Amino acid sequence: MTPSDFQVTRSSPFTKAIAVIGLLILIVLIAAPYWAGRADMRLMGELFLYLALASLWNLMAGYAGLVSVGQQAYVGFGGYMLFALTIFGGLPPVVAIVGAGVLGALIAVPVALLIFRLRGAYFAIGTWVIAEVFRLSFAQVSALGGGSGSSLPVGIVRSLASSRAGREHLSYWLALASAVIVIAAVYLFLRSRNGLALTAIRDNELAAGSLGIDIWRTKFIVYLVTAALTSMIGALIFLQKLRISPDAAFSVNDWTAFVIFIVVIGGIGTIEGPIIGTLIFFALREALADLGTIYLMVLGAVAIVIMLKAPNGLWGLIRARFDLELFPLSYRVKPSKSDMKG
Amino acid sequence: MPDPLLKLEDLDAFYGDFQALYQVELEVAPGEVLAIIGANGAGKTTLMRSISGLTQNQAQMVRYRGDTIGALRADEVAGKGIALVPEGRQLFPSLSVQENLIIGGQIGRKGPWSLKAVYELFPILQERRHQQSTSLSGGQQQMVAIGRALMANPDLILFDEISLGLAPIIIKDIYAALPGIIGEGMSALIVEQDITKALSVSQRFYCLQEGRVSLEGSSATVAREDISRAYFGVE
Amino acid sequence: MEWVNALLQGTLLGGLYALFAAGLSLIFGVMRLVNIAHGDLIVLGAYLGLSVTTVLGFHPMLALIVVVPAMAIFGYVLQRGILNQTLGKDILPPLLVTFGLSVIIQNALLETYSADPQKMNAGALETASVSLGGLSVGVLPVLTFAIAIAVIATLQWIFYRTALGRAFRATSDNQEIAQLMGLNRRHIFGLAMALALAVTAIAGIMLGIRTSFDPSIGGGRLIFGFEAVIIGGLGNLWGTLVGGVILGVAQTIGAKIDPGWQLLAGHLTFLVILAVKPNGLFPRISE
Repeated sequence: MTPSDFQVTRSSPFTKAIAVIGLLILIVLIAAPYWAGRADMRLMGELFLYLALASLWNLMAGYAGLVSVGQQAYVGFGGYMLFALTIFGGLPPVVAIVGAGVLGALIAVPVALLIFRLRGAYFAIGTWVIAEVFRLSFAQVSALGGGSGSSLPVGIVRSLASSRAGREHLSYWLALASAVIVIAAVYLFLRSRNGLALTAIRDNELAAGSLGIDIWRTKFIVYLVTAALTSMIGALIFLQKLRISPDAAFSVNDWTAFVIFIVVIGGIGTIEGPIIGTLIFFALREALADLGTIYLMVLGAVAIVIMLKAPNGLWGLIRARFDLELFPLSYRVKPSKSDMKG
Repeated sequence: MPDPLLKLEDLDAFYGDFQALYQVELEVAPGEVLAIIGANGAGKTTLMRSISGLTQNQAQMVRYRGDTIGALRADEVAGKGIALVPEGRQLFPSLSVQENLIIGGQIGRKGPWSLKAVYELFPILQERRHQQSTSLSGGQQQMVAIGRALMANPDLILFDEISLGLAPIIIKDIYAALPGIIGEGMSALIVEQDITKALSVSQRFYCLQEGRVSLEGSSATVAREDISRAYFGVE
Repeated sequence: MEWVNALLQGTLLGGLYALFAAGLSLIFGVMRLVNIAHGDLIVLGAYLGLSVTTVLGFHPMLALIVVVPAMAIFGYVLQRGILNQTLGKDILPPLLVTFGLSVIIQNALLETYSADPQKMNAGALETASVSLGGLSVGVLPVLTFAIAIAVIATLQWIFYRTALGRAFRATSDNQEIAQLMGLNRRHIFGLAMALALAVTAIAGIMLGIRTSFDPSIGGGRLIFGFEAVIIGGLGNLWGTLVGGVILGVAQTIGAKIDPGWQLLAGHLTFLVILAVKPNGLFPRISE
């Protein structure tokens, strides 16, 4: 056989089947207001938001090597921007969400210039310092309630939809949309030129640098995109909560610890990992929530064991056994169809 | 031939994911100096790593004084009396010259080598003992690396490419000093690119080619063309 | 005079921050590990001190003779049992494992001691003060600062004057070659973590005498320690003390302007120094 007898491809009949199944699941989920109860919809909405946060954290840590323990900075920032833009700017909430994303990207520029000076693990703690600065700064803004926080005025809440059911459906759909958009964005980003650069950096930073890939610029772009999307999700989260305070908005446990556990358990550095991790995280939470602190200790222990014994997470285990890939990113070599007879 | 000090039996070893050595058989007698020659990538460094424990293999693949040591960690192997002068010297930059030597002797094996003995062998090191090891010239750094290995009072000393990156005049000095170093009843394994140098100081040699022993014999009597064939693998 | 007083109080507070930072700096220096659970380990030290004082009726300072060895043993076991498995080229495993550890310690403390703030009772030591040229200076802050200097001097002596320190430096330089010298790096790292947690125990007890504490404050202590390390320059223990002092002074002066500005002033000072001198004021390790 000669090289032309083979073709290099990302897709396979299996991935095409998965795409069809995925589409069907998505349609069922969009229709949830017609078949799910209110409590279920609330839970699913929260699940989608965590899925989006986890996918973004995974893009940074798993692909760009930017391990942040300070993403709560952007969740909280986005939440506060929603409040500021609707209350003082008079913007409709949905527009304010987009605005929060834009402002999140803007504020991320000076932040990145500063903390990109820190390497590796010190970068991680640097992101935490930034989140603390955000928290303490917003606690000083008395117009937004200072340290005790404030609530979203009824008029703004009503502007979303007139009925309570309508509002609940809308925030469910927004949460679902955010998860879909984030996963699609991550997937397309990884397939793009920048994404290939990222994969090269992850595999070998030195070699990638010598191949002329601008590592700093690529990481910078990832950081900005993640900041923008995380801020939008933060705005959505606090649009559902209707109340914001510095401690809730910039909670390291809620917006970073849980997200990290989701990604580690599911499998870091894969698109599928955060999906599986989110499902497991919520299943564990529903089952063990009554245990309170013990639940969190179990979660921490599970994450440590997985990191030590199966560093590619549950999805890594599944993939190693069955050679699966739900989102086709890697190329496969297979014989060309025309040459099958030969 | 007396019982061997070191015996490799059917040694398969890996460098990362690649298999670098295949079924290598090798023996070193007490007091013997052995040369290991071979082209780049022939497996010489993996051989050194496997003996010193930096690469861990199956226990029975490396025997030393009859003990199976193939699976021991490097620090355990060092405690049994095997010392390595690593390729590229690899001194500890945050330690002074004297500290580099002292840490070489910290295993605490008894024998002829001490700070005093090393300084007698290389007087320049005594002068420079308080300097950072990185401030020394390449040749002086090599002296520290050799002294550091000697401080452990090993029964078997491994030299990995000791002339690499040094000026010819320095190489000459080091090879002139070598018989005096090894003369104390120690066995030695010398890995060297320069075949003439390696053969001149050794009694026997092994030639590696693509991870296998392609030739072994007496250093004094081997024919040049046999070595060329074993070295490059051409007929 | 008020400002001079703030400057003095801030400097003394810096001693406590240097104690927070010393263990972090030591661990990074020897094995390039950044321990996210460091702050929670400080708080653990404070709670162990609390238990020893209440159960055995010891004075908090006397509790050190129990808590310091206990934390050191815990450090050795933790390193050999878990953390050694995370060390390698990839920075993710140590980071995420210590992050998990942080959550476990925090919630274990919550489960054992509840979320109520606690404080150790050090009796007269807490209120004693000496007058210094018109300024009244608390004995406890002075004692804390003196302990910080003593701890750093001791660490410095261990590092540069003892066989253990030589082994630390050699292993830090090149782990493989250090193994060839007969040093078992797993054991050496265990000893380094034991030493670091011994210092952490001292930091925890001094914290617990000075202020009230609860299980959630570990993250904040980690950040203070981290800021002191970076301001001072990686790998420089005396620099870390200077970093702690700068942080302490920034906080006290910030608090003097507006009580809400205390922590913010510290963080902003850190960020300014990071912007101007990214390697800190007195760097030793280039990384």
